[in-house]
Amino acid sequence: MTIGITGYGVYIPHLRLSRKAVVDANAWFAPNLKGKGRGHRSMANWDEDAITMAVAAARDALPESVDRQAFAKVMLASENLPFAERLNAGILAGALGLADDVVANDLGGAQSIALSSLAQAVSAAKADAEASLLVAASHRRTRAASAQELDYADGAAAITVGTENVLAEVLASASHTVDFVDHFRLQGEEIDYHWEERWVRDEGIAKLGPKSVNAALEKAGINAADVNYFIFPSVFKKADAQLAKRCGINEAAVVDNFSAELGDCGTAQGLIMLAGVLESAQPGQIIVLSQFGSGCNTVVLRVTDAISGFKPVRGLAAQLASGKEETSYTRFLAYKGQLKLERGMRGEQDKKTALSTSYRHHKSLLGFIAGRCKESGDVHFPPSRISYTPGNHVQDTQEPYSLADKRGKVLSWSAEYLSSYMAPPHQYGQVDFIGGGRVLMEFTDVAPGDIDSGFEVEMVFRVKDIDELRGYKRYFWKAKPVSYNNADSSAAAE
Amino acid sequence: MPQGIKDKVAILGMGCSRFGERWDASPEDLMVEAYNEAMSDAGITPEQLDAAWFSTHMEDVGTGRGGIPMGIALRLPNIGVTRVENFCAGGSEAVRAAVYAVASGACDIAIALGVEKLKDTGYGGLPVATVGTYIPQWYPAAVAPANFAQLAAAYRAKHGVDAATLKRAISHVSVKSHANGAKNPKAHLRKEITIEQCLNAPTIAQPLGLFDCCGVSDGAAAVIVTRPEIAREMGKKDLVTFKALQLAVSNGWEMSGSQWDGSYVHTARIASRKAYAEAGIKNPREEISMSEVHDCFSITELVTMEDLGLSDEGGAVRDVLDGKFDADGAIPCQIDGGLKCFGHPVGASGIRMLYEMYLQLLGRAGERQLANPRTGLIHNLGGQPNQNVCSISIVGREGE
Repeated sequence: MTIGITGYGVYIPHLRLSRKAVVDANAWFAPNLKGKGRGHRSMANWDEDAITMAVAAARDALPESVDRQAFAKVMLASENLPFAERLNAGILAGALGLADDVVANDLGGAQSIALSSLAQAVSAAKADAEASLLVAASHRRTRAASAQELDYADGAAAITVGTENVLAEVLASASHTVDFVDHFRLQGEEIDYHWEERWVRDEGIAKLGPKSVNAALEKAGINAADVNYFIFPSVFKKADAQLAKRCGINEAAVVDNFSAELGDCGTAQGLIMLAGVLESAQPGQIIVLSQFGSGCNTVVLRVTDAISGFKPVRGLAAQLASGKEETSYTRFLAYKGQLKLERGMRGEQDKKTALSTSYRHHKSLLGFIAGRCKESGDVHFPPSRISYTPGNHVQDTQEPYSLADKRGKVLSWSAEYLSSYMAPPHQYGQVDFIGGGRVLMEFTDVAPGDIDSGFEVEMVFRVKDIDELRGYKRYFWKAKPVSYNNADSSAAAE
Repeated sequence: MPQGIKDKVAILGMGCSRFGERWDASPEDLMVEAYNEAMSDAGITPEQLDAAWFSTHMEDVGTGRGGIPMGIALRLPNIGVTRVENFCAGGSEAVRAAVYAVASGACDIAIALGVEKLKDTGYGGLPVATVGTYIPQWYPAAVAPANFAQLAAAYRAKHGVDAATLKRAISHVSVKSHANGAKNPKAHLRKEITIEQCLNAPTIAQPLGLFDCCGVSDGAAAVIVTRPEIAREMGKKDLVTFKALQLAVSNGWEMSGSQWDGSYVHTARIASRKAYAEAGIKNPREEISMSEVHDCFSITELVTMEDLGLSDEGGAVRDVLDGKFDADGAIPCQIDGGLKCFGHPVGASGIRMLYEMYLQLLGRAGERQLANPRTGLIHNLGGQPNQNVCSISIVGREGE
């Protein structure tokens, strides 16, 4: 039985923060960071977090051909999941429309967690031929004028693991677990505390890394010299190449970590880099994926003949090539919750969520499930007991019908400056779904001029509102222009 | 076919407070202003009132719930007071209830009063509203200007009107209303404006600028109704009677199918067609002398001219620019300044519109009096283009 990766996808947020904008703004205080003012880092919009990015990455990894009901297990790994209590992976499962009997886990604690989870998914496949969905998402907070602010990035990656149509067989994995504290963050705290880079590199990566990599290669029966791709995310320059050398892996095999135009997406970075490799890998090639964190985890993979049979919905290359440059540092700070903006009295509106209502409608709210009338074919959102087509009332004829993966066209829209909104102007309008259904919905990731009647949009799962009084978030679907998918003039450029 | 309301009920008296940012007045004060004028116009005492209907929309920031605020403010003689709420059309709904009560014979004299105290929120525009517990979890936290601005986007797409031409036409709507409002001593905004001011005003919700949006005002208005024979017994002559009262309410069709193109208000077309039939009007362009329509935003007024059949479909831009609805045009619209300038105290607006029609029909409109109007149409819209309540009332001289 071949066990391994059966699909992959990533999500890179639309906004790419100019590092020059950051160092220029902080030059008065941190002139030492001036040299890091090159390129971009990805930046989550105000309505994105680890959950929404995880949903987006998973959707990238799940083309229409994949049966979502087939997954027995879903795992969500992140260093910054929004909820400490309320299963984050449960929201993910709901948004993706996974089966109700799926086992869902939240995972965290170290950046290597995604790889140890992969090993668990492999065990599950081995034991019961179970298919798993593993998603890693990173949405870290950093201190203003810190190196991490420039190095880190927001993003997510997803892989599916199973026994059918395996694209990359997992040959072996190895863990090395030790309480090596290069950084830490107590529960309830928001920002990591870091120890000196030189110590982490020389005493940590250089010594602990080879233990894990060598053990995995040995288990897999692969010679280090035969490794085609070596993935080791690190914000430290050359740490990947030095580790490769120590393990006997060719320097040419070291995979670019996208530090220039993406940055480091923490827990998700290893899988993001893996997705990048899989987009162009050839059958037979060997991939070593290793990630550091309270020790080190490594997985060895061999690309199969099936590799050309899978394409993510958009993939990494396309997402890296699109996106929009953000030059406002204060917008970044505000979206990361580090700059309290005056939102006016309209911003004082209570956003309390009736949890009983949320649950009653959870399929519609999380899964964007509408009701399709069996008789007329009309699509109603929200679903209703009575369907009405002029002259014909029928009752209890609606069947669940998902709008999440349908595209729509803008019927009418406006962009207003009145309401309290984190990305003014607030743009919303009526969307007519191809295949039926009409919803008045918000447009996200849009700038003035990005929306007009007739424009085609696709659906994205986002934060709808934040209840700051009680510390709650609610999620819903928003529309985003399809044109953003083209790598054109809107691409981040420098 | 129902018999309809035509000529069954007459107006005995009306009153309207000054509208505006009434920092000086509580809801009770506003109610008393409108009530005193209406009672004195009717020439009756409180004991002659059989029942009352009370319209107020935003109870949380204004007046309070139920019939009690009106009962207490006016010290009514323990008659029934029923609160009516139907978005911005609540005022017309209170009138409809009072008129039906009188027409049925259950009451001889009834009063409808609307009031709204909006300027105690601390910010401009309508108060932020929360609707139920489910809708906010999926529906955008939309504001009124952006809801109505979408009419413009859809209208342009449907009729191939370029943005500049449409903006010029809706600016003309506002310039006209300001010119009218300047002549109305009770109006909130009494300053004339120019097309250039409109075109260059700050954007509120594309393509609507500041001058495309109506005033948010405090105010109250009241009407006392009875049957024509009672009015005559009381010595009233030249009666203004109701010719039609129609209400159409959305059923979700606009929001769920794809048949509605977003460029007009579906219920307005239904309610106006029924109202014309009830009033026996065959050709509204000839038979309607004037109108007060729900110009919450300039674009609303423009598309409403088509919804009411006063302009051809796609023809309102031309008609507006030609001055058809100006004070000296064929069918003057918002002769009192409209929501735009008289102001929009939500629960009172429908009754304020009736007040102007009443004054005009009796020749009491002072500086803004039109020459010999016979029939007035009131269009009072609540909600937003994709889900709304639309009230159409027609009033005129008795027997005509």
